[in-house]
Amino acid sequence: MYFDAIAKVIAERTDCDVADIKPESTFSELGIDSLDTVELLMNLEDVIGVEIELDRKVETVGDLDKFIQSKVQG
Amino acid sequence: MLTGKVAVITGGSRGIGAAITYRLASLGADVAVIYAGNREAAEGVCAVCAEKFGAEARAYACDVADFEAVKQTVASIKADFGGAHILVNNAGVTRDGLAAMMREEDFDKVLDTNLKGAFNMIRHCTPLFLRGKEGCIINISSVSGLMGNAGQSNYSASKAGLIGLTKAIAKEYAAKGIRCNAVAPGFIRTDMTASQDEDTLVDMIPLGRMGEADEVADAVAYLINARYVTGEVLRVDGGIAM
Repeated sequence: MYFDAIAKVIAERTDCDVADIKPESTFSELGIDSLDTVELLMNLEDVIGVEIELDRKVETVGDLDKFIQSKVQG
Repeated sequence: MLTGKVAVITGGSRGIGAAITYRLASLGADVAVIYAGNREAAEGVCAVCAEKFGAEARAYACDVADFEAVKQTVASIKADFGGAHILVNNAGVTRDGLAAMMREEDFDKVLDTNLKGAFNMIRHCTPLFLRGKEGCIINISSVSGLMGNAGQSNYSASKAGLIGLTKAIAKEYAAKGIRCNAVAPGFIRTDMTASQDEDTLVDMIPLGRMGEADEVADAVAYLINARYVTGEVLRVDGGIAM
């Protein structure tokens, strides 16, 4: 549900093409380390207007999407 | 030197924390002072920072041992200042007594405030540092953490713990340009040491005198400016723990 927003933020900060970012893409493939995902989430908060606190490690873009959905739905 | 930077100082209402707050404001930083209970003192420190140094200065009541309270306070600081660049974990308490007779709550209170409080602050300030692409963390440890102090098993353990925390954070955050160092003061003349017999203390100190809070602030200012130093523990102790 938030995949497009996540892909856009990733593309902005990594120079990856949005089209190359898939749900199964891992953050390490995209050149994003664990601490970067914390920062990525802060940028996402601005875009989707919801505050999200990352309290576990996420491996793929799809995982992050699911994580945000679970948080938003409470 | 620190113009445009926002510094968060815990336990900033008096003693070493107040001296550090004044120093950072005098160097141009805006300051967020976190205090546990003494609102009057904290607001007094902020008033001086604003009037004397032209800093934006705000006081926040927060028990640093409380994970959720720290989260809320850091959110308020973010809203008020737009971010943070420097964190000084100075808040500390003592509950002295021999280990054989120490109450569980006295051990927990000291560990929760001095050690977990520092973790809580680092944990919640990290997103602000990452977003600002810079950060400098300074944990105020103690020579008690380096050499152990009889009658202070809780305090010594918390201050030794801060050194481990400092080094682990320094390694985790180095790649992001965020540095983490510790300062280990010896016997500094503050309310915390006022009850101790000064003559007995001074006999143990190679430089032959108690330290001043300002001299700890010197070390903090040095570490903020020392761009190639991380994971270091800087003793400010008149030579007592060498």
